[in-house]
Amino acid sequence: MSDPEHPRSHHDMGGQPAGPVQPTEHAYVLWEKRVDALMVLLSRKDRRLLTVDELRKNIEGLGPEAYDKMTYYERWIHSISQTLIQRGVITIDELGRKIADVEQRHDRGEL
Amino acid sequence: MSLPAVPARFKTGDRVQVRRAFPPGHVRTPWYIRGLAGTIQRLCGTYPNPEELAYARSGAPAQPLYRVRFLQREVWPDYSGSPLDTVDIEIYQHWLDPAQEADHERAA
Amino acid sequence: MSELHDHPHEHPHEHPHPTLPDHQEHLSYWQAMEVAVRELLIEKGIVTADEVRRQVEDMDGRNAGMGAKMVARAWLDPAYKQRMFDDGNAAAEEVGLDHGAYKLVVVENTPSVHNVIVCTLCSCYPRWLLGLPPDWYKSRNYRSRVVREPRAVLREFGLDLPDSVTVRVHDSTADMRYLVLPLRPAGTEGWSEAQLAALATRDSMIGVAVADSPQG
Repeated sequence: MSDPEHPRSHHDMGGQPAGPVQPTEHAYVLWEKRVDALMVLLSRKDRRLLTVDELRKNIEGLGPEAYDKMTYYERWIHSISQTLIQRGVITIDELGRKIADVEQRHDRGEL
Repeated sequence: MSLPAVPARFKTGDRVQVRRAFPPGHVRTPWYIRGLAGTIQRLCGTYPNPEELAYARSGAPAQPLYRVRFLQREVWPDYSGSPLDTVDIEIYQHWLDPAQEADHERAA
Repeated sequence: MSELHDHPHEHPHEHPHPTLPDHQEHLSYWQAMEVAVRELLIEKGIVTADEVRRQVEDMDGRNAGMGAKMVARAWLDPAYKQRMFDDGNAAAEEVGLDHGAYKLVVVENTPSVHNVIVCTLCSCYPRWLLGLPPDWYKSRNYRSRVVREPRAVLREFGLDLPDSVTVRVHDSTADMRYLVLPLRPAGTEGWSEAQLAALATRDSMIGVAVADSPQG
């Protein structure tokens, strides 16, 4: 076992104590499948607007509490957004405005 | 691949040691294997470095990637399975030193 | 409302899932972010709505039956089995499967060796051949423990291996994706490829189970 005094990133969990494996699964819902689809489309060779490495890095940067509390595809959409902002594909401003717009449309029953 | 690449220095059967280093950032060498010795199973190919790709850089120089096999009893102090049980991990060359050199350094 | 909902579809061999949370009328922040990112990308001409829909359908169409086809072919044809070890991607193409961008490595279970796959760092999985991974494969408990105490984890899945069987854990840390070739069950002499494929379950190709036996 390597030196326990050196910092270990929260996601790097091989060998850590943990509980029994619950063999649960859920049928993926549409928004999750769309997140997955966005990752596949953006990382494809003809676009290369995102790499799986950037996706992972941005998930790893979430910090332990967020990492544990967020669901798998919540972490992914967070990370896709971060990557696109880092790459300059979208700006924070336009993303913030669009999220607010989506929420308002949903409140009005238009989504 | 057009990316500049580091030549492969290890071959199947070589004993290697994972470097005992703990940098921050996006690293694909698991924490649990740092500093431990294993055996090269095979050269998987040469790939852009994920530590660099994670920051939207080119990943140069591409690193040889190896499947390295470790005995579980040497990885976990309390391992209670068969003494032959193993864990195979893909490790990039820049994380590996020849085991002989490391043994020699410890003896010196 | 089509934005948030989907009709869950059953995969063979899947455990029944718990009742989905009732979020039909509630739009979470992250769901709103997904809509926002998608709409921005469409507005910028980076993706089209049609592409997103087609990619969702493509992934929907992938399930363990694809990997099972390779397993069944390998059980019947030793030469194909060898080709699978030599070049997993080419072997996938041979049976009409699209393996995706990663390199497929097939590891063989024998009477004295049992293989099990994990990605301790995230959740790498041969999705192109098995579909999306189950929640437990991505869970903290599996990722933490199967590399350290594989035999205990396998027992939790109902698989108790004697010490005469060596357990090999494969941690997918890089560009390879792993598929376990389970042992061909006894009592299947003369079976067709399609019959055999039905025994090669997703869990047996991850390595937390053996293939189903003819009795079911």
